Amino acid sequence: MIEVTNLTKTFGPKTAVDDLSFSVKKGEVLGFLGPNGAGKSTTMRMVTGYIPATKGTIRIGGVDIEADPNAAKFKIGYLPENAPLYEDMTVAGFIGFCAEMRGLFGADRDKAVDKAIETTFLQPVRNQSVDTLSKGYRHRTCLAQSIVHDPEILILDEPTDGLDPNQKHEVRSLIKRMGETKAIIFSTHILEEVEAACSRAIIIDRGRVVADGTPNDLKAKSSKAGNVHITIGAEADVARAALAANPAVGSVTPTESSNPGFSAELCPAKKTQTGELAAAVANLCGEKGWTLSELHQVEGRLDDVFREITRPDTEAA
Amino acid sequence: MPAHKNILSVFRRELGGYFNSPLAYVFIIIFILFAMGFAFLLGGFIERQEADLSASFFQFHPWLFMILGPAVGMRMWSEENRLGTSELLLTMPISPWTAIVGKFLAACVVLLAGLVLTFPIVITVEYLGDPDYGTIWAGYIGSFLIGAATLAVTSVISAFTRSQVVCLIVSVFVCFLLTLIGIPPLIEFVRDLGLGGLASFLQGSSFYENYDDPRQGLIRMQNLVYFLSVITFCLFATSVVIRARRA
Ligand SMILES: Nc1ncnc2c1ncn2[C@@H]1O[C@H](COP(=O)(O)OP(=O)(O)OP(=O)(O)O)[C@@H](O)[C@H]1O
Ligand SMILES: [Mg+2]
Repeated sequence: MIEVTNLTKTFGPKTAVDDLSFSVKKGEVLGFLGPNGAGKSTTMRMVTGYIPATKGTIRIGGVDIEADPNAAKFKIGYLPENAPLYEDMTVAGFIGFCAEMRGLFGADRDKAVDKAIETTFLQPVRNQSVDTLSKGYRHRTCLAQSIVHDPEILILDEPTDGLDPNQKHEVRSLIKRMGETKAIIFSTHILEEVEAACSRAIIIDRGRVVADGTPNDLKAKSSKAGNVHITIGAEADVARAALAANPAVGSVTPTESSNPGFSAELCPAKKTQTGELAAAVANLCGEKGWTLSELHQVEGRLDDVFREITRPDTEAA
Repeated sequence: MPAHKNILSVFRRELGGYFNSPLAYVFIIIFILFAMGFAFLLGGFIERQEADLSASFFQFHPWLFMILGPAVGMRMWSEENRLGTSELLLTMPISPWTAIVGKFLAACVVLLAGLVLTFPIVITVEYLGDPDYGTIWAGYIGSFLIGAATLAVTSVISAFTRSQVVCLIVSVFVCFLLTLIGIPPLIEFVRDLGLGGLASFLQGSSFYENYDDPRQGLIRMQNLVYFLSVITFCLFATSVVIRARRA
């Protein structure tokens, strides 16, 4: 549905998006991750036809956005960053106007507006003027606008920004649900959101893709993935020395624990040998007669991966 | 998709924007006050005792529109730029023309409302004597054209900036220049310098000169063509500026 190849965007001397390629199929939800200024919004602006690409092609449902912008834009629903709204309209008026721009008039428009308002829980502010809305409601109004015409493709730039936890949850499930029948790209800084809603995620740093895969693939890239966490009933110094001497153990990092005994996170000697490590620990405890009260594999966390593969802004200069 | 329906949607939205805010009402009231006030105080409307509006009433319209036209039109694109709504509007499956024309027409309607509401002065001349309605119509049409031209100029300027104030100041200045280059003292002066060609050129491309005949009851083809070209050119330039700003 969305095919982006070798997309590049430069602003003067600055390269915001650098040779980016990806594609999103129907039924896929693609999460865009990346530090501030990575080029997420710029990419989305190009995909929605707001700004022209410096280089590269964008095809929306097979249509090149340069060649036939209106046919391509017709298939897209877009929530821009910061949810811009016309301040002088009511919520329903605004969504209705956007529906008309998308070619829905008369009864079709009214039905579409009602449905969008219902989906985004805007009934209480339906006839309120936009300039008096709270931030979360503003964001939802703009989200409603993006789905009013039931588009095949949704581009959402930080759709849960400013929402309360309940609404975040609702919007995530909405994205997940819509993702079954649409192609969706959304950007976020909340990493749990990626696990909750995405079938695939891309991490962008300084305009380049630095990681691409399912949330589980990405988590496995964490340096902590494959570590083993243990608690054993033994003297800390003795246990530590014995563990460190074991050939299957790469390193031992003691951790705090509410359980009595010695707790530590063990790193396997070789990245993939988590099984061997666990077996070695169990054997060691058997030999020494220590009780092994906890042993589990540490799952990689997305924010570890994120931090490891994107360099912080402070280093950028 | 039929573009006229979308032009109509934009038009209705913009008109709603004008009339849901004080802007339209303030414009209309100020316009009427000044148009009438100038006619009575400066134009010598009463003293003349003539059933004629060209010298007393219509004469001042270019100067009024030079300021009030930009005041009405300044929100057209600068407000979109400021709020970021242009990112919504321009990712809709419509051509930018649709939005440009819809906005321009809505501003024209506000202006027209002000003009129409000066009708009491027509009733007054009817009372004073036996006015020539053809002349009055020509005056109103000319006045509307000059107002629409100031709006078109404002449209281009507003596309450049996100600040309504900057747009207002620059647009007033441009409209002022376009009017000024046609006033008789200046034209005389340039002629006296021996630059006859330049004088005719300035005169022909000024708001002032092209309004002079309609004001006195004669709408000539060249005046119509002039105003319509100014409007078309400015709206086209607006689309160019909008495109350039995004790149
Ligand atoms: N119109 C512009 N002119 C110049 N530079 C720009 C322009 N728009 C974006 N940039 C630059 O391009 C880079 C990418 O910006 P972008 O908004 O795409 O980042 P982002 O990934 O969306 O960041 P965030 O997480 O903060 O939203 C930034 O360095 C930004 O300063
Ligand atoms: Mg962004």
